[in-house]
Amino acid sequence: MSVKNPDMRPELLQVKDLVIQYETSDGIVKAVNGVNFSLREGETLGLVGETGAGKTTTALGIMRLVPDPPGRIVSGQVFFEGKDLLKENKVQMRAHRGKDISMIFQDPMTSLNPVLTVGDQIAEVVRIHEKLSRADAIKRAAEMLQIVGIPAERMNEYPHQFSGGMKQRVVIAIALACSPKLIIADEPTTALDVTIQAQVLDLIHNIQQKYQTGMLMITHDLGVVAEICSKVAIMYAGYIVEYGSIEDIFEDPRHPYTKGLFGALPNLKKKVHRLSPIDGMMPDPANLPQGCPFEPRCPHRTESCTQKVPEGIEVTPGHMVRCICCAQGGGK
Amino acid sequence: MEELIQVKNLKKYFDTPRGKLHAVDDLSFTISHGQTLGVVGESGCGKSTLGRVIIRLLDPTDGTVLFEGKDITRSKDIKSLRRNLQMIFQDPYSSLNPRMSVSEIISEPLIVHHLCRGSAEIEARTRQLMDTVGLASRFINAYPHEMDGGRRQRIGIARALALNPKFIVCDEPVSALDVSIQAQILNLMQDLQESMGFTYMFITHNLSVVKHISTDIMVMYLGMMVEKCPADELFERTLHPYSKALLAAIPEPTLKKDRQAKLLRGEIVSPIEPKPGCRFAARCEFAGPACFERTPDLEEVLPGHYVACHRVNEINQL
Repeated sequence: MSVKNPDMRPELLQVKDLVIQYETSDGIVKAVNGVNFSLREGETLGLVGETGAGKTTTALGIMRLVPDPPGRIVSGQVFFEGKDLLKENKVQMRAHRGKDISMIFQDPMTSLNPVLTVGDQIAEVVRIHEKLSRADAIKRAAEMLQIVGIPAERMNEYPHQFSGGMKQRVVIAIALACSPKLIIADEPTTALDVTIQAQVLDLIHNIQQKYQTGMLMITHDLGVVAEICSKVAIMYAGYIVEYGSIEDIFEDPRHPYTKGLFGALPNLKKKVHRLSPIDGMMPDPANLPQGCPFEPRCPHRTESCTQKVPEGIEVTPGHMVRCICCAQGGGK
Repeated sequence: MEELIQVKNLKKYFDTPRGKLHAVDDLSFTISHGQTLGVVGESGCGKSTLGRVIIRLLDPTDGTVLFEGKDITRSKDIKSLRRNLQMIFQDPYSSLNPRMSVSEIISEPLIVHHLCRGSAEIEARTRQLMDTVGLASRFINAYPHEMDGGRRQRIGIARALALNPKFIVCDEPVSALDVSIQAQILNLMQDLQESMGFTYMFITHNLSVVKHISTDIMVMYLGMMVEKCPADELFERTLHPYSKALLAAIPEPTLKKDRQAKLLRGEIVSPIEPKPGCRFAARCEFAGPACFERTPDLEEVLPGHYVACHRVNEINQL
């Protein structure tokens, strides 16, 4: 898939036909069904979708952290700087995590170790990956804290002594400590208040610009996407249903689900009497419809939508939509 | 307009090892029949406590709440109050008893208040309530764990409606839901209000939701009201510096790159034994000496628009 303005920056991450399933007693849960996307250095891709769309599973798949069992990466390739991560062994993979690729988790309250000081938690990742002495690692930890806006004196405090926003800054400091090339941020601001969210987003954005880190931003908030992403992938029931630049998605959304998401948001600028929700619920990923996964909820569904899962179609260069209507020139 | 709820100098303090926590500090306001008062603020500003004190899930430290002109703050007969004052809770996962079926949850208030005679009548009313909130009747014997968040929240709403209350406190009813489901629930709540004339107090941290559903909006900061006005007015003419910062901080789903407005520095502190002075002063870019000395009073700066800020006139050139 090409990008609208051909970019000379090297391809950092390329996910190809990734399929991840969970085997449960109720049958096979098809969490991720052939996901494709790519990311260049310094780019931010927003992975948007509702609960259960497969966003987090995709991220865990890239990191090879899908709990196995019950989860299984069935097929696909994840190229990171040209190397297929799915072919790496455990030791090689461990060397990537925290060093080349790091992750910011949703809930800062539970992703820090409560019995270690924050300084030790930042130093830990540096010592493992960069073979620094303890003293040097502690020094790096102090620098990292300052970068994320926490006074270095606080490095001997424990997580419970920090507020939610501050804890998330510590998590970001850990993620950045080894200057990774790719950051996967899984709903990094969902647990925070709006004013704190704005501070944290600002911090993430500045750091990412400064170090030219690639970022995969997982969120359900289209507002957050508009703030910091350059590309967007809309996920529904394990499929990427629409993918393109931020302008493509926000100014020219084509897929009925994407349009539905925008329609369902209460707007601060416009006054509408009633919201237009998307009827129904997301299908059970253990029991997906045979055709288009969105067909049961789609206002434009036709007989042919139930036949098979639509292929992705490039409507304009770099703007992919997985919908039959759009293929036939409709959906505008 | 007739006033359904009148709150006068309401205070709720909690004892903590470090002193008194002023969760709700001297609030006065009214809510008229059939209106929705939106209460916004960040976590820890006392908005949930306020809702709970009004419907007597918590007892106030001081002040009064009048419901239809009657003081309910010291009423001993809480059970009969519950017929008119109900609540919809934030988390549809933890606010439903996992060992009760849908019909048991919805019919419990009917049984407790002896509103129906005989099991046939109870079942008929339960089915009617399920129909009102859009729950398919095949779920009548299902348990909460079998249902998703949106349906669970509908159970919570049906339970609150069972007694035909006049006033419902909605504590973040949609914040645990996905956007497409959130819109369904918001529409349902609006429809119910139009058809049955409920009065809502809608507590949320989401400003776009509160704008959509409210007639009036009250902004709270550390237990105090900093601004209150009609919903549209708050967005067209924001006067208090905190409300402005709150509005500026919302990420909007549009591609306009003119934001990069001032970010609010610092974080909310806990209101334990607060010193006199404006509680927002430490984070406020306009704070002057007076702001640290005297607590600003809530004043009617423009018709129907109340603000508690010493420098509101200078800042907004009023």
